[in-house]
Formats: sequence, structure tokens, C-alpha cells
Amino acid sequence: MTDLLRIENLVVEYATRRGTARALDKASIILEENKTLGLAGESGCGKSTLGRAIMRLVPYPGKIIEGEIFLNLDQPVSVKTEDIPMGEVNLMNLDEDQMRALRGRMIAYIFQDPMTSLNPMLTIGDHFIQIMQAHDPEIEDEAALDRAKEILDGLGILPERVTDYPHQFSGGMRQRVMIGLGLALRPRLLISDEPTTSLDVIVEAQILEQMAELKDKFNLTMILITHNLGVLAQTADDIAIIYAGRIMEHASTDALFGNPQHPYTKALLEAVPDVSKPEKKLTWIPGAPPDLMDFIPGCMYNPRCPHAMDICRTTVPTLIKSKSGGKVACWLYEEE
Amino acid sequence: MKLVEVKNVKKYFPVQKGFIDQILSRKQTYVRAVDDVSFYVKKGEVLGLAGESGSGKTTMGRLCVRLIAPTEGQILFDGKDIAPLKGEELRLMKRRFQFTFQDPTSSLNPRLSIGEAVGDALKLQGIGDKDEQAFRSREVLERVGLSPAESFYDRLPHQLSGGQKQRVVFGRAIILNPEFVVTDEPVAMVDVSIKAQILELMMDLKKELDLTYLFISHDLATSRYVCDHIAIMYLGRIIEIADRDQIYEDPLHPYSQGLMSAIPIPDPKAQKAAAIPQGEIPSPIDPPSGCRFHPRCPKAFDRCPKEDPELKNAGNGRVVACHLY
Repeated sequence: MTDLLRIENLVVEYATRRGTARALDKASIILEENKTLGLAGESGCGKSTLGRAIMRLVPYPGKIIEGEIFLNLDQPVSVKTEDIPMGEVNLMNLDEDQMRALRGRMIAYIFQDPMTSLNPMLTIGDHFIQIMQAHDPEIEDEAALDRAKEILDGLGILPERVTDYPHQFSGGMRQRVMIGLGLALRPRLLISDEPTTSLDVIVEAQILEQMAELKDKFNLTMILITHNLGVLAQTADDIAIIYAGRIMEHASTDALFGNPQHPYTKALLEAVPDVSKPEKKLTWIPGAPPDLMDFIPGCMYNPRCPHAMDICRTTVPTLIKSKSGGKVACWLYEEE
Repeated sequence: MKLVEVKNVKKYFPVQKGFIDQILSRKQTYVRAVDDVSFYVKKGEVLGLAGESGSGKTTMGRLCVRLIAPTEGQILFDGKDIAPLKGEELRLMKRRFQFTFQDPTSSLNPRLSIGEAVGDALKLQGIGDKDEQAFRSREVLERVGLSPAESFYDRLPHQLSGGQKQRVVFGRAIILNPEFVVTDEPVAMVDVSIKAQILELMMDLKKELDLTYLFISHDLATSRYVCDHIAIMYLGRIIEIADRDQIYEDPLHPYSQGLMSAIPIPDPKAQKAAAIPQGEIPSPIDPPSGCRFHPRCPKAFDRCPKEDPELKNAGNGRVVACHLY
């Protein structure tokens, strides 16, 4: 399998009045084609920033400071300024017109809150027409609507409801519409940010099941951003655990749950309630995630880590191959 | 001993009528948020109230502590019906039960220091003078783990982490030494790494202060760790009440079964959910006839749309509202 996406040493900073917050610090991930990668971590750890950085849509005042984002294109993409050739391209070298051509068509992003991401003045069908015509002005309204109906049907929404407005839809259905809009241009990479967080368990399970079906049908590669490790256990192939802007562990789902390496991953798994294990003693991690304005020398997790050594307080650990077959950034392990 | 008993309680919220409806004097419609609910909580127990959003669980919680008055029915607290209470009598009664709101950030006044926020209840109830209130407030801060209280007393909410704010919320709830606390989604807004800490605080307070809880949560995985019994609500009705382990291992109502199978399990080897109910929860303005779950129920038969099932004893101290039993 080829790698569809490769991110190397990505650094994103938010320049605020209080100072500069480093939201991502030399983050590197690899995503194989047709796989689902889960980005997990607590709130404020930088998982959404990473997702948006791939689209080069980090919200103001954030900025990508350095790093590379390689995307493997299976076909050249025509742009009015300069066409993008087939093969691996570094998104950091593209201009804004070229990025616009890739967004939606190659990479689609489903934003976190379905309640505020749809325009209340437009029908569901209009949303589809807008997206498709922005990328291909030639496409007729009818053709766009047909595509919309087909996609919505696959998500369990009656096709005739394209004439309805967002307020006539429930939260779960709006989320389905958001997913449908993401798929409208048949992208290869779908990034969804907390797609089921505001939903009830039953609707969550329904949507995750439909997303899995769509992934097969459209040959998608997915990035699923969530704080819910239970959801990732059921859906992701690989998982990257992020803490305070750094990738702590990156491994296959089985390895991560079966043989977690990083002390943070272990502690996180101990803290997750598991309805199938009532005897499990829930634990917590002392302290709180660090303030990104206050730079902590060494490993960001060292103040909360029970295994912290002297080197952890001075030097940043790099991601190295771990025993579980994944990668881990921790001084407890040595590269083999 | 039954500390709180709710008998046939209903809460209907009127739906605002549009201009045209008013002209045509159309009939007033109601959101039936809680529709004929009965249950009780024994002293010293934790009853979990679970269900999807819109099932009426928060409304039920608010009724139990008389933040709102029921449309019909009785709410017995320690044997006394608190539903018809008003004014001074209700205010004094409210010392005995408290409510913690879902979102700690928006339920704390951003301009009120932590110490003042916690001591506010004493002020409102006219207990003690200023010094006494401040003293009690410090005591409570220590008790909920915000120590040393001196360093927290003058801080404002934005200077605290999410977990610490949740501690303040609990501090505010226990300062009047209540007997019964309704907590609405206490861990929904806190990160998973500190969830267990808040749950442990809750259970420690229960032990120390001899509290009884109504634990409202849509997160059934968490409820399993704290509740003694669990009541499942659907569209304003309670459809099943059982022992914690019974309801997780052997749910009787088809809706409970669906809910249980949909809980994500943090283990990639766990079996995937088999039968997830289709569709979504219907509108409480115009609930389905008969059993409210029948349009989504995989086991519905001809009796279900016609007859409304009552909560019946199904043996082993469990009750269920379903024609199958």
C-alpha cells in the first residue's frame, strides 16, 4: 500500500496577546491509502489544528511555521494558474489557487459543529449546488441535485428532503448532511472533526456504521478526530495520540489498545470508562494538561508522568520505533 | 427508606403559538417533556437517570428539586409533598436538596470569586454573618479538594481548569448540608483523564455527608461505575428501572437493549453493536400512540401501537414498560 499522506515535523503556532502558543510541535504522521487514522487527545491538545493544517486552513491567528505535508495524487489536478502534477506533492509549496483546487476534491473536511456549519438561509440542495459549482461552474443545478440525492440516500435521508432547510433537520441528520457535503466532490481523503460528539449513542452508532459503508463505497481514506477512544477502537486502523501539540504514540489500533507503550497512552486507557468491564478501577492522571504558553523543557508530559527521569525534564524525546510495531516518543525506550 | 418519591408526575411546556394560529384560535399544543413518571430514590442510594437528549431526564431532575413546578402529580421528599409548595416554605425546604448544572463554566458567575460563589447559598438563605459564611466557604473548598482554600478563595472561574470548576460546583451544592443532590451530566464536559477524579469526589462526598444522588447522564459507560439503580427514559416516560448490573447484562426493554448495544467499547476486539435501533427520537409534541417506542422497535407487534404499556413488575425488583413482559 502506498502512503496517501505524510506529514513531517509540522509546527503550528498561534500568536495571541498573551504570547505565542505552540499548538503543534514537530508533529509527524503517516497515513496509508484506504485506512482510517484516529487522532486522539484531550481538549486543546492540537488534534483539530492538525486536521485543519492538512487543509492549510489553520484559523487566525494560527500559522504553519515549518514542516512538510506530502499528499500523493493519483491524477494531475488542473488549476488556472499552474497545474499540479500527479504523484507526491508538498502542500506547503502550493499557492492559494492550487490549494483551493485540492480542497473538497482531494481532501474534504467535516467541521465539528453541525448546528452552526450549515447556512440557515439555504436549502440542503443549495448547499450541494454551491459546493459543486464552486469547483466546476459548468455543472448544472439538476446534475448537482441528483448527486446530492444519491449521497443523502446512502446516508439514510430521503432524497426528496433536499428542498428542506437545516432547521427542519435533527442534529443527527445535520451531521449526515455535513458528511454528505464532504463527499459531494468524491474526495480521496476525508477529515472529520468530532463527527459524533454532540450526538446520542444510538445516532452515533448509526452514523459511524454509515461512514464505514461510505468509506468502502467511495474508496476513502479517513482521518477521524475525536477524544472518544471507544469510538476509535471500533473504527480506526491506526491511532495517533497527541498531547500538548506533540505526537506521543502512533500505532495500529490493536497495538495501541493491546500493548500501549507511552505512559500517557497507558494512563489514558486506564481512565476510559468501559461498560463491558464493571470491575475496572477507573484512574485519573494527576494535574492538568499544560498551558501551551508556558514552555515546558523536555517531554511535555513530564510533570504528570510517574516515570519521569532527569532526561525527560531537559530533552525532547523523538518518535522512535516501538516494540508494539508502532512509534513512541518516550525516553523509557531506546531505538532498536 | 424512600427519600424522594415521584408519583405520576407530568410536566407540559406550552408551545408558543404563531400569529396565524392565534387568529384562528387553534388549540394550544404542549411539549410533553415528562409524561406520567413515577419512581423513588432510597436514602443513601444513587439512581442513574439515562436516556437520549430530549427524553426529559433533565426536566425530571429539575422537578425533583422544585426548580420548576410539575403540571400534575406528587413529589414526596421525606414524606412531604413539595409539588404545591410556594414562597418562604419552598425556599426553606430547598436547603435540603441541591442541583448541579451540566456546564460548570456557564453556571459560575465569571465576576464572582470562587469563595463568594460557594458561600452565596448561605447568604441567600440568611445563614450566619459574613465571617461565618466566609469560614464555611473555606471549609467547603478544602472538602472538595481545592486546597489550600486560601489560595483558591479569591480566584475567578477563568483561572481554574475544567475539573477545578466542577469541584466548585459541587462545593456550592454541599455547603447547605443537603440530603439529596441532583447532578446533571457532571462529567460530560471534563476531559477523560480527570473524569474518574470527579466521580471519586462525588462518591467521597456521598459517604462523608450521607448524600443521596440522582445522577443524570447520557453516558451509560460512566453510569455503571457510580449508580446503584438505573432508570431509562424515553420520550418523557420511564421505560425500565433495574439494578445496575441487571440493566447492563440483561436489559429487558428493546430500547434499553438498543442503547446498551450502541455504547462504544474501548477495545478493538469487542464485538460490534449488533442491532442498533433505526431512526431517531420523535418529537415530544406529538408522541406516537400506544408504546412510544413502537415505530422504532424491532419487536413491535399489533398491540404496541394501540395500548400504552404500564410500568410493571418483571421480577427481581425490576420494572419495565413493555407488552413483551
